Amino acid sequence: MRIFDPHIHMTSRTTDDYERMAAAGVRAVVEPAFWLGQPRTNPGSFADYFDSLVGWEPFRAAQFGIRHHATIALNPKEANDPRCRPVLDLVPRYLDKDSVVAVGEIGYDSMTPEEDEAFTAQLAMAVEYELPALVHTPHRDKAHGVKRTLDVVRESGIDPGRVVVDHLNEVTVAAVHDSGCWMGFSIYPDTKMSPPRMVEILREHGLDRVLVNSAADWGRSDPLLTLRTGEAMLAAGFSDDDVDLVLWRNPVAFYGQSGRLDLSDVADTGPLFEGSSILRGGS
Amino acid sequence: MEQNAWLTDAVARVGADPPAIVRAFAAAGRHCPDVIGARTRLLRALPADVLPHWIDDLYRHGDPNEKLAVLTALPLLPLGAEAVPLLHDAIRTNDTRLLTAALGPYARNLDQHAWRHAVLKCVFLAVPLTNVHDLDQRADRELAAMVAALRAEREAAGRQLPPDAHRLLDRIP
Repeated sequence: MRIFDPHIHMTSRTTDDYERMAAAGVRAVVEPAFWLGQPRTNPGSFADYFDSLVGWEPFRAAQFGIRHHATIALNPKEANDPRCRPVLDLVPRYLDKDSVVAVGEIGYDSMTPEEDEAFTAQLAMAVEYELPALVHTPHRDKAHGVKRTLDVVRESGIDPGRVVVDHLNEVTVAAVHDSGCWMGFSIYPDTKMSPPRMVEILREHGLDRVLVNSAADWGRSDPLLTLRTGEAMLAAGFSDDDVDLVLWRNPVAFYGQSGRLDLSDVADTGPLFEGSSILRGGS
Repeated sequence: MEQNAWLTDAVARVGADPPAIVRAFAAAGRHCPDVIGARTRLLRALPADVLPHWIDDLYRHGDPNEKLAVLTALPLLPLGAEAVPLLHDAIRTNDTRLLTAALGPYARNLDQHAWRHAVLKCVFLAVPLTNVHDLDQRADRELAAMVAALRAEREAAGRQLPPDAHRLLDRIP
């Protein structure tokens, strides 16, 4: 099984995770810029964070044979802090970097006017820099948040085929399916989605425009739940090719729209990587 | 040929309007197969009076490949020692590509203390010493003592230095 995790916050994970991911077949990841638990209070903190997402983290991932790309944005939660608003002036420079494959995570947290403004401005950046957009949906008041998200996406003029609306579930999937946007699902140990529930959604809504991610971060989460979802699909009667579509070809197709996805080292269909045996370079 | 047309146009734009280098420098890899060569040409298109400013800006805001291109181009540009702070930054990182690039010909501007520590870091990280410019001319007894001390630590732990570090010790009188 070859796996592309289209949403995972590797900055918060250890080298043990990288080893287990490589051994499980994870060959590529996209790390969206988001919040870090502890709120930041100035744009310089974001500059260092963004530098890490296009610098140190890809270097670290490469030690384990994993290709790392990023998405860059001012996230909705911190968009509410006036001290962080100048981050919107930093974002465009990062959108020109080779390893940045989308604008994100953008969208809503509490649906404030400040979030509206940052969301709209950054959708416009996605259009200007010809990048896809990764849209976070709120964990509270989600159904309302998703509806409002789709309205804003529609008004922005961006092609819905270049937008993924993330963290969906049984209640919110249909509206996004009908909008033409891609559907993102985060598989978590307790919250969000589980592998068996994900399989049911795939049965009902099909495999097209679906991205399955672990969204693993600094909270309780598991970077191998992409693999577990693939295993649950096979157990439920989906084919190897179905699993490859959802866990590899779909994310390649979505982020490939950036024209910047570089999988030259990892895209072959050969045998799986074997943990630390693929270590290379560095100390 | 279209790629060359992009670069020719970008070089002309940068010569007339230096801030245009920001986007051209970042995008060069998506238009030119030889990205280091293309980025070097863009840097050489900058007017000399603004070169130190843009070298610093492009390095500070660059991704690792952009930083690498700046470091690689330094010896080819009309610069004095202005860019030494960039070498210090690159040597501080744990990115072995940047460390290696910091020890090219422009490292003649590094003082001997900083240079020795950078070479020792190469040994520590098993970065090949073949790319260290003027290694044999510049290696001195103090560097040899530092490398020998690292060898003693490694051997006490049952580990070895890379072979090229042993060869370096053999060459220092």
